[in-house]
Amino acid sequence: MASVPGLEPTETAATAEDTTTTDTPRSSRRRTRRNKVTSHDSFLSYANGRWWKIAGLLCLASLLAYIFVPLPAQHFGGTWLGYTLGTIGAGLIVWLTLLGVRKRAMTPGTWSLKAWTSAHVYLGLSLIVVATLHTGFDLGWNVHTLAWALMMIVIVSGMFGIWFYWTLPQALSENRYDEDGAVTEKQMIEQLRSLDRQIHDAAQPLSAEDAAVVEKSLEQDPFDGSIWNRVTARYPNCATRRAAGTLREARAFRPRVADDPLDRVDALLTRKEAMLARLRRHLRLKSLLQLWLYVHVPVTFALLAALSAHIVSVFFYW
Amino acid sequence: MGTVSDTFRVAIIGSGPAGMSAASRAAALGLSHVLIEKTDHLSDTIFKYQKGKHVMATPSQLILRSDQEFDAGKREDILEKWNSRTADLGINVKYEAEVKAIRGTGPAIPGSVQQIVKRNRDGTKDVKELQRHEGPYELELTNGEKLIADTVILAIGTQGNPNLMRCPGGDLPHVTYQLDDPTEVLDEHVIVVGVGDAGIENARGLAEDSAQGNVVSILNRKPKSTNVRESFANAKEPNAKALVEDDADGKLTIRYETEVKELEPGWATLSTRDGEEKIRCDRVIARIGSAPPRAFVENCGIAFTSEDRLAFPQLSPVFETTAPGIFVIGALAGYPLIKHCMNQGYDVVEFINGNTDLKPADEPLLAEKFAGLPKGRSVDEWLEHLRTSISILKDMSPLQMREFMLDSDVRSYAPGEVVFEKNAPGSSLFAIAEGLVHVRIDPNDASKVVPIEAGTIFGEVGLISGRRRGATIVAAEPTICVEISRNAALKLMSQVPPAKREIERISTERQLLQMFGSGLTSADIAEVVETAKIRTVPAGQAIIKEGEDGKNIFVIRVGSMVVEKEVGGKPVFLSYLPAGSYVGEMALIDGGQRTATVRAAIKSEVIEIDGEAFERVLAAKPALMDKARGEMDVRRRTNALIESKKDSFSGVVDLYSEQAKFLVSQGLGEATDVLLIDEKLCVGCDNCEKACADAHEGLSRLDREAGKSFAHLHVPTSCRHCEHPHCMADCPPNAIHRGPDGEVFIDDTCIGCGNCQRNCPYGVIRMDKVPPPKPSLLSWLFFGKGPGPGEPAAKWAKKNMPYNGDPAHDEALDRKKAIKCDMCAGIDGGPACVRACPTGAAIRVAPDEFLTVARLKSETEGA
Repeated sequence: MASVPGLEPTETAATAEDTTTTDTPRSSRRRTRRNKVTSHDSFLSYANGRWWKIAGLLCLASLLAYIFVPLPAQHFGGTWLGYTLGTIGAGLIVWLTLLGVRKRAMTPGTWSLKAWTSAHVYLGLSLIVVATLHTGFDLGWNVHTLAWALMMIVIVSGMFGIWFYWTLPQALSENRYDEDGAVTEKQMIEQLRSLDRQIHDAAQPLSAEDAAVVEKSLEQDPFDGSIWNRVTARYPNCATRRAAGTLREARAFRPRVADDPLDRVDALLTRKEAMLARLRRHLRLKSLLQLWLYVHVPVTFALLAALSAHIVSVFFYW
Repeated sequence: MGTVSDTFRVAIIGSGPAGMSAASRAAALGLSHVLIEKTDHLSDTIFKYQKGKHVMATPSQLILRSDQEFDAGKREDILEKWNSRTADLGINVKYEAEVKAIRGTGPAIPGSVQQIVKRNRDGTKDVKELQRHEGPYELELTNGEKLIADTVILAIGTQGNPNLMRCPGGDLPHVTYQLDDPTEVLDEHVIVVGVGDAGIENARGLAEDSAQGNVVSILNRKPKSTNVRESFANAKEPNAKALVEDDADGKLTIRYETEVKELEPGWATLSTRDGEEKIRCDRVIARIGSAPPRAFVENCGIAFTSEDRLAFPQLSPVFETTAPGIFVIGALAGYPLIKHCMNQGYDVVEFINGNTDLKPADEPLLAEKFAGLPKGRSVDEWLEHLRTSISILKDMSPLQMREFMLDSDVRSYAPGEVVFEKNAPGSSLFAIAEGLVHVRIDPNDASKVVPIEAGTIFGEVGLISGRRRGATIVAAEPTICVEISRNAALKLMSQVPPAKREIERISTERQLLQMFGSGLTSADIAEVVETAKIRTVPAGQAIIKEGEDGKNIFVIRVGSMVVEKEVGGKPVFLSYLPAGSYVGEMALIDGGQRTATVRAAIKSEVIEIDGEAFERVLAAKPALMDKARGEMDVRRRTNALIESKKDSFSGVVDLYSEQAKFLVSQGLGEATDVLLIDEKLCVGCDNCEKACADAHEGLSRLDREAGKSFAHLHVPTSCRHCEHPHCMADCPPNAIHRGPDGEVFIDDTCIGCGNCQRNCPYGVIRMDKVPPPKPSLLSWLFFGKGPGPGEPAAKWAKKNMPYNGDPAHDEALDRKKAIKCDMCAGIDGGPACVRACPTGAAIRVAPDEFLTVARLKSETEGA
């Protein structure tokens, strides 16, 4: 019933590789190269696991060489294999660090940050094998082992990063949905502000002490709280919860009347609590997605320093 | 009053750039004249621009010919110059005068009868006949005053008048149609009618400060709904939400399902869902839209070129209408730009004054267009030559030809030169003035060609569907072609009905020939083309329903369709059909009922082909039959796949189907290339936005977080590069184009009017000023210089803007421009958003390749 003659999949608007300009070529607007995207894959499975395979081969080759090449038991680092593994390791560390630059430098060209991330992950993991073999398991309390240890910290923090990147995005997006579509962080804050205004107006008829409790909820900045509060999404000092609790308690001791202003404030506070909970879940997930970087990146710089010390010292003082 | 007070040589209605310039010329020539202005100031449209708005003077190459000055600059400066010049010239301006009717007072003109067609809501038409009379004309004002003028110049623009309250009491003095300063209204009971943006802003403004003591009610005909988009369909969402919030706060009252039944001083009777209700009312502000001025113009005896909503009045080369002595200039004549308007004001008064030798100000522009052509003809000769040799242009007036050529290009081609290539994007139409072109029907064999002769057109498929060119066209002889831009072609079709019919006939025939191929000739399908009907299908309407009988075939000409099939009681999405595909052949070839439902994804146009006529073509052409059968098989397999998967992977099929429907509802049906984000991978780093800003002068063209999601597929707020971009519809300097890769982009001639932003249904265009360049990445990395990657904060941009105190220079820096995605055209590597995504969450897709069963296949196999 349906067909699209003359419009084979390779010739659709977004994919035509052999696009030509019209008869009036605009010299200032160069032809753009477009990559064909019909399906997509994550950085972990990029190009059918190309970097996984390369990193695996690197590890295997290093291991085999370490096992089968006859070498002295002491000062392994000074042998040709030691130098080779060391050079590969140091080169990898420097290159892996450059992801930070690549990510921020929006230069033209057919590179993709996804490919870089993929390589970063797998080559980074391969360092566990390459650099550890380079030590020859000769570990001690010195600057050389410090560099190795820092590297391991960076790698382990990176593994946390992979785990978070793999598991959290789905939760992050689910938390943002509601029946009207995705709610942005900005909208969440706006909704809170608007609720605050409504609470403020509704709390006018309350008694002085009730109003003071409610006031506390309005004063509290939703972004207050320690890193620990953020990451756990637990806020024991939440003024909104306390206000709602106090008001409900107070109401239990009072005669029931129609149109009690307390009811209205209570309803609004309950809505605010729900909204705060969503914002806090959002902040928790976002913090987790970034938290590991606060270890990963600074330790990388410490590693670069220790690595330089290691290289300088082995050449001058070994 | 009802008395005749004066007689004038020229009466000019409307004091905008066109009318004011005309009055200035009349004053300079010493003609007795009157300039009639509805408000108490000149040029209301520009007066109403926001304070300090920069007014552009495009097209820059056009020379200004007027007694008034005009140059790009601030609104205030321009108005100031016009006001003082108007005073200097001693122009006779009649402020706060509105013309209600214009009637010829001379004898009836024999045979000159105007037919005014009024279309009713139920689809019927009322035709009123109006006998034209010769001048001088009597102008009746709304206050009863009457003026007499030999000639009338209508320069009233296209904005029209506000729709009026029609209920009893709607003409009372407290019923108003605008609100200048809400803070001046104190202690009043106000009813605002209409919940568009204007009404909402007025109501909120009146209720904002409770100290003013206003009691504000706003009436909404629609019922209350939790979704503000349903109850306030004509308002921007933030406006509607703010209004609902004000209602919840008790600042004002929204009355749903309510209309005004009757008004009397101090009181209003409302009809509500629960019956009538009478409330206090000291003031009514009605913001219920405005009516275009067409009815008024027609009642003056002025005929329009067609019934089309976009049509303009029929004009002679000297701007004279079908009512002799009444002239139309400016936006109403189809020229929205200030410079054009002012030139026309000058020209029309010169013509009226008998200066027939005056060459229009666009003469040098046209001369330049014809400069590259062989044979030295004058501009007028070229225009006449093109008009007479190209069939679709032959019904145009010389004035229309001039305007038409300003929007079009004419070029000569040597034999063998390529006019355009297959798959090149392009929405322009080509007309052959001289020579012959060949259509290459086989991309691999340059010798297989079909000729197209002089006088006819080609490229019409790109014009109509917005899709890429279907074949390469090569000049076979020395050829001269006119390339008609999409806008010019649409104008032509609305102004010249025979041109429209001709283009439609040719396009139907070509589309059928191209689609079915197999050695068909136009003679084979003559009957089919003859019986074919072009139908507009609103979004969501079905052209074919599953289980119905029917044999007609539908060719999608504009828009796109989705095919659905009922499986297990639920409609399952089968496939997406872009413009250029056909549907409905299955029931024709195999007989039986329709096997699936086909409905429009967006407003579309289809060619409906009579099934029986097509059956005869199929019977006569076995090769075509085989081809159709082959294509049918492909679709059969899709059906079979869905049916078979339905049992084993019903969840996946449902999800796929729901997801496809979601994407269509998000505008994928008219998209050519859209950014999607897989929320299973997106870590929210916003590197896409940063990359976008860094790839484009520091401003991001996408909002990752905003937009809608479904089943972990997120459609962020970013351009879909629609087939027929809504943003292009009303761009005064014509600055929006489609580029060689299909991208819709805005060029540097943008005047910052914001029309495109308002017209975009997806909210992807922003108006902003360009921030200053940032220090390099390395100096940020190592020395912390500048704001770092991504869009700089407004504060930083303001602080570092290289202002130098020169008002013109500083003002240029502060000028806002329309900013939108250009698909990173011209940047090697393609869209920055996709390249900069660290996890692979961001992808760009074309709907026809994304909404395919192939994806379902790969997902179910992965499942």
